[in-house]
Amino acid sequence: MAMTVIWTGMTALSLLCALALGNAGGLASAALDGAAQAIQLGISMAGVLCLWMGIMEVMDRAGLATKLAALLRPVLRRLFPDFSNDRGVMDTIASNVSANLLGLGNAATPLGMEAARRMARRTPGVAGDSLCMLVVCNTASIQLIPTTVAAVRMAAGCETPFDILPAVWITSALSVVTGIAAAKLLSKVWRD
Amino acid sequence: MKLVLDLLVPGIIAGVSVYGMAKKVDVYDALLQGAAKGLEILWRILPALVTLLTVVAMLRASGALELAAQALAPVMDFLGIPPETVGLMLVRPVSGSAALGVGSELITTYGPDSTIGRTAAVMLGSTETTFYTIAVYFGAAGIKKTRYAVPAALCADLAGFFFAAVTVHLLFGG
Repeated sequence: MAMTVIWTGMTALSLLCALALGNAGGLASAALDGAAQAIQLGISMAGVLCLWMGIMEVMDRAGLATKLAALLRPVLRRLFPDFSNDRGVMDTIASNVSANLLGLGNAATPLGMEAARRMARRTPGVAGDSLCMLVVCNTASIQLIPTTVAAVRMAAGCETPFDILPAVWITSALSVVTGIAAAKLLSKVWRD
Repeated sequence: MKLVLDLLVPGIIAGVSVYGMAKKVDVYDALLQGAAKGLEILWRILPALVTLLTVVAMLRASGALELAAQALAPVMDFLGIPPETVGLMLVRPVSGSAALGVGSELITTYGPDSTIGRTAAVMLGSTETTFYTIAVYFGAAGIKKTRYAVPAALCADLAGFFFAAVTVHLLFGG
């Protein structure tokens, strides 16, 4: 439903703007060009996307996510002090975060949902501090290889689509740290 | 640094394959299955890509995007964020496919190696569809009182947008 509002609002807005600014002439061809471009973009993205999904499948089957989860556990214990003694919850969170890091979105979501369900058992209906932290960790994307973006850049004619990786890593890290700091701070002042 | 980045992609491809083989994974079969999944993903996002690139092209041709960028330029300039990326920032937390549509339009229009194109790419790569994630997780856990989860997650998004502009500026200049 949200997308219905966005789509309708944007089409109406562009019509009004085009009339007001005298740009009505180009609107029809722009709309048709945009639609055609989407398919071109999709086709030129396809190769990179398929290749990386293949590499990720190998990572998954080789158990790299489990390895990474073991490395992450000590850090995560500090982020989720309420559950640091709950082996089941900590294992699920570790697998969730490592799947996110490797870009295995399809594996990460069910794991995160499972962790959220287990956490909510202690405080039914209310998001405790640890559950808020889990959501923050999952909404701040920490992905080592942003496949789709690289595919888009490649499709747009970029010769080095992965040259943004350091920038993506730094930005993701700072964004996660900010989210965690905000969650920690809010947990101290939030009254309800 | 350049050599590291040059070798990163082939290194990952070969390294993961060797590691997989050592772990007795049927690497080639996994590659094919993964690639098939890639096609499925593409198939699923194509319809949304068509509608969104259509509407963004309309907004650009109508002059609305330029108008919005101009109106927000003072604030965005102050933060050092290219004002053209404002549309991307608005849809990013709401819809993943909308963000991909808007972001890829920016990358194609301004060029993948332009400051705007790079900033858009870093924004896409380092933020998530916040409201979708919150809805899925809290829905699964039956949460009614979300407390401070939404403001904290939005803080992370805002920081991501801001630092995307900063890191692109610092690492690529311009």
